[in-house]
Order: sequence, then C-alpha cells, then structure tokens
Amino acid sequence: METEGEKVGEVILTMKEIDKSFIGVHALNKVNFELKKGEVHALMGENGAGKSTLMKVLTGIYSKDAGTITYEGKEVEYTNPHESQQAGIAIVHQELNMMNHLTVAQNIFIGREFMNGKLINDRKMNEEAIKLFQKLNIEIDPAETMGNLTVGKQQMCEIAKAISKEAKVIVFDEPTAALTDSEIDELFKIIRDLRAKEIGIIYISHRMDEIKVITDRVTVMRDGEYVGTLISGDCTKEDIINMMVGRVIYEEPKSKSNVAEGAEVVLEVKNLCAGRMVKDVSFQLHRGEILGFAGLMGAGRTETARAIFGADRLESGEIYINGEKVEIKTPEDAVRHGIGYLSEDRKRYGLVIDKTIAANTTMATLDKFLKKSKLIDSKKENEAAQKYVDQLKTKTPGVTVPVGNLSGGNQQKVVIGKWLVRNSDILIFDEPTRGIDVGAKSEIYHLMNELAKEGKAIIMISSELPEVLRMSDRIVVMCEGRKTGEFGIEEASQEKIMHVATLRE
Amino acid sequence: MEKKQKVSWKHNSIVKAVGTQRLVAILALLVLILFFSIASASFRQYTTFVSILDASYYIGFMAIGICFAIITGGIDLSIGTVLVCSSLISGTLFVRSGFPMWICLLIGIAIGILFGLVNGLMISKMGLPPFVATLGSMMVSKAIGSIFTSAQSITWPQATQPGGWFRNIFKINITSASGSQILIPTGFILLILCAIIMSVVLNKTRTGRYILALGSNKEATRLSGVNVDKYQTIAFVFSGMFAGVAGLAYGAIYSTLLPGAGSGFEMDAIASVVIGGTSMAGGVGTIFGTIIGVYIMAVLKTGLPFIGLMNYWQQFFTGIVLIFAVFVDVFNKRKKN
Repeated sequence: METEGEKVGEVILTMKEIDKSFIGVHALNKVNFELKKGEVHALMGENGAGKSTLMKVLTGIYSKDAGTITYEGKEVEYTNPHESQQAGIAIVHQELNMMNHLTVAQNIFIGREFMNGKLINDRKMNEEAIKLFQKLNIEIDPAETMGNLTVGKQQMCEIAKAISKEAKVIVFDEPTAALTDSEIDELFKIIRDLRAKEIGIIYISHRMDEIKVITDRVTVMRDGEYVGTLISGDCTKEDIINMMVGRVIYEEPKSKSNVAEGAEVVLEVKNLCAGRMVKDVSFQLHRGEILGFAGLMGAGRTETARAIFGADRLESGEIYINGEKVEIKTPEDAVRHGIGYLSEDRKRYGLVIDKTIAANTTMATLDKFLKKSKLIDSKKENEAAQKYVDQLKTKTPGVTVPVGNLSGGNQQKVVIGKWLVRNSDILIFDEPTRGIDVGAKSEIYHLMNELAKEGKAIIMISSELPEVLRMSDRIVVMCEGRKTGEFGIEEASQEKIMHVATLRE
Repeated sequence: MEKKQKVSWKHNSIVKAVGTQRLVAILALLVLILFFSIASASFRQYTTFVSILDASYYIGFMAIGICFAIITGGIDLSIGTVLVCSSLISGTLFVRSGFPMWICLLIGIAIGILFGLVNGLMISKMGLPPFVATLGSMMVSKAIGSIFTSAQSITWPQATQPGGWFRNIFKINITSASGSQILIPTGFILLILCAIIMSVVLNKTRTGRYILALGSNKEATRLSGVNVDKYQTIAFVFSGMFAGVAGLAYGAIYSTLLPGAGSGFEMDAIASVVIGGTSMAGGVGTIFGTIIGVYIMAVLKTGLPFIGLMNYWQQFFTGIVLIFAVFVDVFNKRKKN
C-alpha cells in the first residue's frame, strides 16, 4: 500500500519464514520481514520478542535453521558479519563498536586505510572523512580522538562508516536511547537524507512517538513470532501495543491482592534520583505484598533497586524502613536494614560460582558462622545450608557441591537461601525466573507466595508481563527512569502496562 | 552553505592522549639531571654521561619492544630472561663453537624473535592470559640458557680481541694523539634510530595501527575485518626481537652473561614504558615517551651512587616515580570522566 507523496521503492530485502532455535528456546518461529529501498521500517516488540536475534541471523552472526533471505533479488546466507558488511548491510549497534583511542578518521577507515606506499596516509584519510561528513551534513573533526566525542557524535561516525562502505541497508538498534533531543533531531535529518538516497533502514526502537515521526511501516514481533506489519501513518499507538502484547495467557492473572487491609508500609522511597536511569522515583511497599516492577529494558528498574540496595550511589531522595528514615550508602548498610537483593545476573552478581552451596548460603552472614577462634565453622555452615536446601527443595546431592553444577532454577534457590539465612524482611527479586525452565519457575513462584504469606515484603522486577500479572498484588511501571504508572492487580492489564511502559515525556 | 571544515593537525590523537604525561616525564628527566648535577660535582663529567648512556641501551631496546606488547593490553614478563638466554646462546656459539661473529649476532636476534613468536601464538591462538604465558616462557628461557651453556657464564670478546668489532656498534673507544680516551656512544645513535623506525611503524604503518586498535577495542577491531590474532602475535614478536637486540647490547657493555640472571630486567623496561605514558590498559602509547622513561631510569640508576646512595635506593626511587607517573595518568582519566 502506498502513502501519498511517498516514493515507494522496490523491495530490497525479504526474510521469509525464518526459524531459529537455541537449546530449549524457540527464538524465531517462521518470522517474516520485508524492506523496501528508501524505506524506514520499524521493528518493534517486547524484550525477548526476537528482534536482535532476527538481525543477528540477517547479518550472519547466527545461522538460521530454516527460511530464506533474499537480498537484491538473490538468495543469500551470510556466515559471518564481515560477509554481510561486504554485501552492503550495516548495523549501528546500541553499544557502539569503536576504538576510543584512535581518531575519528582512523576508526572509519580501519582495515581500509589509504596508503602512501607502505605508510598510512593519515592526511588523505582525514580529507576523505571530511568529504564523507559533508555528504551527510555532519560537522565532526576527523582528527579528534573518538573517545572524546559525545555518544551522539560517535553514532554519527558509525553511520558515516556504514555509508562509506556503500551500505544499502542500515539497521539501527535503539539509536536514540543515549541521545539528547537536539541530537535526535540531527539523527532524523540524517535518516531522511539516507532515505532520499534509497537506502533501506531497519529501525529498532521502543519509542512510539518516534515511530510515527520517522518511519514508514512498522513490523511487530512477539515471543519469537511475526505478528504483523502496519503503516506508521495509519495506525495508533494502541494498535501497536495490542500487537505487542496480544498473547493468550495460559495462567490466570492474580484476581485480587493478597495484602491485608491497612498492612503497614515496610519500605517507602521518596524522590529517588541516581544517575541517568533513576529520576524522581517514589513508591511504597507493604508487609506481605508482592510489588511488581514492570517496564522495558533500560527503564531503570534494576538501577532503582541497586540504588535502594546501596550498590549504586544515590544522588538524592529518601528511604524509610518501617517508618524510620535510613541512610544506605553501601550494600552492607542495606543488608543490615534487612534488605536482600537477588540480582538479574545471578552468575555474575548473585553467586560465587566455584564455591559450594554451603559457602554461598552463608556469604551474607559469615560472622554468625565463626568458631571462637574466628575460623569458619564448616559444620554449622553445612547444617544451615542443608536446612534451606530442604526447605526450598533444592535438587542437589549435597551442600558441598559447587553451585556451578546446579541448574538455573536451583542456583536461584541457593541465592534465596542466602537471604533467608540473613532474615531479610524486604526482598528484591530482579528477573527471578530468567533462564529457568517452566517447572522450576512454578517452584520459584510458589516460594515467593509463601514468603509473602510469612510477612516478607517483595519487590519483583520482571520483563515478562504474564509473570507480572500472575504474581503481583500491585504493579509499578517505569519508563526511561521515571515511574509512569501504578496499578492494583484488579485494574491491571497487559495493554495498560505496556501503554505506560512506552510513555515518554 | 559553504563551510570549510578545519582539521587541526595538532589534535593528533596520540599527542593528545599522552600529552600531559609526556610533559611530566620530560620535566622529571630534566629535574633529575639538574638535581644530580647540582648535588655532585663528579656527576657532571663526560664519563658519567657515557655511563648513563651505557645503562640505557639494553633497557632501551627492551622497552621499545615491550611497548608494543603493552599497547595491546598485554604484558611480557619474559624479555629479561630472553635477553640473557639469547645472549648466552649466541655468545657461546662464538666463544666455544667458533661461529663467525656476525652470524652470532643474527642468531641472538633470531632467538628473541622465536620466543616472541611462541608468546604471541600462546596468547592469540591459545587464548592464554599474557601474564601467565610470558611467565611460563620466562622460566623456560631462563632454563634453556643454563642448559645450553651447561650453567657456565659467557664472556663476549673485548674490543681488541677477534670478533670484538661488534662492540663498536654500541660504543667506540678512541685513543687520541695525546693518549686520552674518547668514548663515542654509538649505541645511542642505534637506539634512537630504532626508536624512530619503530615510532613510524607504530603510528604510520597498518601493523602499528592495528596493534593500537586491538589494544583499544579488540572486538571492534576484529569485527572490522582485521586479523587481530596476527597483529597481537606481531606485537609480541617485536617484544622478543628487541629482547634479542638488548642481549647483544648487554654483551657489548657488560661483557659477561650469567645463566639464571635476567628476571628483574623486564621490570626496568616496563617501568620505563609506563613512566613514558603508555597505559597498561592498552590502546595508547608512544615510543618517544618510552625513551624518556628509559632515560629517567638510567639517570636514576647511574646518579644515585654519586650522591652516596647504594643501588637498592635506586629501586626505591624508581618505585616512587612509577607510582607517581601512573597516578598522574589515572588522575587525568578521572578528571575527564
């Protein structure tokens, strides 16, 4: 379908019925995607929908299990990113791939330097870089050290690099996440120039308002599947949201809150500010409550949790525990006040992978497991660990097994055990069931409910909407550092949550 | 709208990155020389000047080589023992097996290249951490030197003996008509020549460019289609090669090599490189800065006895200078962030 006044180019790229699985995960399920010359085509979906995976299949980082990719009329299959680059497909990554110590020109022409005999001709490289920048109406000094540029300017260098490689397709992965408003305007100007040059652009972004401004079509993915393609000018935000979350949920969302009437406020956070990702966040947490924290990646939920836990520096704001104001500057302070934090990446931040279950269980309370001689009382340690292995039904031959040997779900139970030993009353679970199989997931859910019944207060950060709806008594939604919504479980829905999760100022 | 974009050549990334530290290093060198000259009259002699230069050769060559390894973000602990090993073996071939001197010189360098190649391959292809890989080759080269010479020391020929001509590469001894000795430090010319050549290699050839790039961001460089394994290996080959050259310089100046010696030499080279502004994190560094660092070390080493301090003080002050130099670097980086 053609929009008025738009030059519709021919199709340059078609991905048909792309299928890709990893062990236990069906990442891409018969996904379709089409890109025309001179088109800006948005690719949208929740975290884990498969957008990155699809792009990695396109560029040759992953190999597909089934399906066809047709580029410029020919069927192609790239086995490494270099091949796709040579063919004219470029990606501007979210985390820029730059050599910060080299100059702008040196970065752009790395691997393709202009030579003067055996020596590199830096002068020519700088001149060519200027020519390139003029084509794109950018002003950057090619002799400037890359590391000294702002993220916005670095990104423009990446774009210039792609153009210099005669890219015909450019993929932008969350390009505006780190840009200021004026930088975004500059970026859009460049994108319009690229479009005029008949370059096809794939635009991955969560930002609804941008989709309407800069894109021609939008394709939505969900849970590894292709949901549909809309024309940006003709659709509404709600249409897109419905496509993003319109899944059938097999488990019933929690029907009503389990929190007793008038339950006391165990944790109160007022006007928390920390870095770029936590902007004036306030909320309350009650005894026996499971408070779900929903939002997209980069919303600032983990950063908020880390600020409360003392892992990151708090710039301003107040924290009250059981009504009393507290100062939390380090995790040690937080732990003393009864807060436990189960991090997103348990292998990196939650467990010492080579150490035993027993050692990990007592990690936060080691002072209670010392003999009179100040040496560690292994017997006592093992007993405590065994107690929680039994209570949490952790599947393991014994407590002297290294936690690295356990499955994801059981590792998670060890982390929970660590905080139970500490008698933490406030538990922050960050993506508690990530990377855990379905069976173990139910066990973790059951455990969380038990803990809440016992009177613990739980914050559950999760990117899985069905999980949030199943477990939470109340839901707080964040978007780019701000709290954008709060719902009781009775009034919450996937659509409502997603609406505020994409609500920018 | 016509706008001529100005390109500031003074903005050269290397100058900017190392600027402050280099300035501090040059100042430090001048201050040191001034200090010792004032503190001791006997310091201000031509013979002292020659001594400083003598001490700078083997450290200087090692430092030039290891600079490349450090720029890739790695380290080479083996250069000291490779220096001794290569000098022992090539020296033995001359003294005990009668090989022609020029062949021995080439073999000395070749042994250094060989160890460098092994280091480079272990690190790039096998993925061993540089610290561990070069620690291993350090021990192996130490042993090989002893094994080859049956644990006996080797003394390179004096200038007047057959084969002793090689010393003239580093130092020429002329007796003037009036009978006084004039020493010409040709080694200095060689060192500076090597420094200039390697500086051009680092900044102006693809090899040097890719070594800097991979030190700055190995993955980004790899994704740009550059064979990072090859260039990382080359960096370590340079390191080993110059350890071989340093071995010849050592033989020319100090004559005798003792098997089992060598570990500790690399520390002087590493300190020189760091004081000169090359970051241990990789991605940035200059040969010029390294040479300044080498002379700071050499002046310290030579000057301290003149003010009555024994050799162990040299280690003490070197350590202080090193910490200070790195502190300046870290402080600047923190300020930037």
